[in-house]
Amino acid sequence: MRLSRHQIAARVAKDIPDGAYVNLGIGVPTLVADYLPEDREIILHTENGMLGMGGAALPGQEDADLTNAGKVYVTEEIGASYFHHADSFAMMRGGHIDFCVMGAYQVSARGDLANWRTNSTTSIPGVGGAMDLAAGAKHVYVVMDLFSKTGESKLVQNCSYPLTGAECVERIYTDVAVFDVIPAGVRILEIFDDLDAGQLSTLVGFTLIDATTSATVRN
Amino acid sequence: MIDKEVHDAGEAVSGIENGATIMIGGFGPPGQPVALIEALLNRGVSDLVVINNNAGAGGDAISRLFGAGRVRKVICSFPKAIGSTVFDELFLAGKIELELVPQGNLAERIRAAGAGIGGFFTKTGYGTELAADKEVRLIDGEHYVFETPLHADFALIRASRADRWGNLVYRKTARNFGPVMAAAAKVTIAEVDHVVALGELDPEIIVTPGIYVDRFISTGYAPTNPKVTS
Repeated sequence: MRLSRHQIAARVAKDIPDGAYVNLGIGVPTLVADYLPEDREIILHTENGMLGMGGAALPGQEDADLTNAGKVYVTEEIGASYFHHADSFAMMRGGHIDFCVMGAYQVSARGDLANWRTNSTTSIPGVGGAMDLAAGAKHVYVVMDLFSKTGESKLVQNCSYPLTGAECVERIYTDVAVFDVIPAGVRILEIFDDLDAGQLSTLVGFTLIDATTSATVRN
Repeated sequence: MIDKEVHDAGEAVSGIENGATIMIGGFGPPGQPVALIEALLNRGVSDLVVINNNAGAGGDAISRLFGAGRVRKVICSFPKAIGSTVFDELFLAGKIELELVPQGNLAERIRAAGAGIGGFFTKTGYGTELAADKEVRLIDGEHYVFETPLHADFALIRASRADRWGNLVYRKTARNFGPVMAAAAKVTIAEVDHVVALGELDPEIIVTPGIYVDRFISTGYAPTNPKVTS
């Protein structure tokens, strides 16, 4: 069974440790916040200048001066702090953010990340903070569907889309499986779908290292 | 006596001429100096270079500036906006120039200008097309890209409170680019929600000291509900 968006978010949340400073990207990464275990104190960073970000504001209780990076009205946790944009990005670039979770168009076998533009001539390019996070976060995690709508693997040997960062992705959470990027290649940690490692390699188009255990292979 | 408050937004933006380079604060609506942008629109100047994180969204004041054809070039990190096609149409028609800068490089280039720094090496963007043709240096085994400072003729920013010296404090995530832009422009014009008596702001919590602020207007906004400012 392939995972839903919410199930992928929940799977990522399980791996975020107590005490971590975390930046969540727009889309499925934002959902990770909803699944962080209650018994862990995890501090969310938002690039527009806040640590200790809380959940979305309830209707009617929005504050016009308080949004997240996706321009959604959010709330502040007790212990929150605000800072200007140059400080916020110094925090990322300086290696102070423990984890960032971003979406991707493609990730390569070396951990190259492509998530800021496609090759379409009619698309409007926009990069935001993605390159800063790719260059600066201690652990760069990607969340994406493994296959595009037309069935092509988004885990590729070489990215065909322009890069956001080279060799920066450490782990990839998908609807089909979880992967680690290691010097020897891409390692499968868990498979959710009814596939074995060989079948998954065939679908992805290059050889993956099987690090699943009997406990994590479902078939 | 120093009193940097002016009582009219039109007076606040006087001196901005055609072709000026203008930093505009804000990350989406929070921190966007709406009254000053509207005064700039009314002033009728064009051929502007705008430095802002975005390129307007959903009919906000910045998108009206673009829509009115006043902007020749935008330097920003994220011009795409859901529900807004003003910039997209201008860009795809070749009617506006775009310099796309990774967001942290944008903030740091602005900070560098205000701090008298002639440029800096950053890891951000290395190996990507946004760093193509830029100087690269290997420092302690890592690749860094050289980025230059971004100066402006004017900065239009929004803060929460000011005193007559132009000391500013901000509110929540509306702070964003305000403090770095205030230092990076030849003339900095602020729009604040409230003006308070000199001495009322705790010196320990002043974020932008008045040395960076040339003049400001007070709007009396109470930005506790988005509907008030939209």
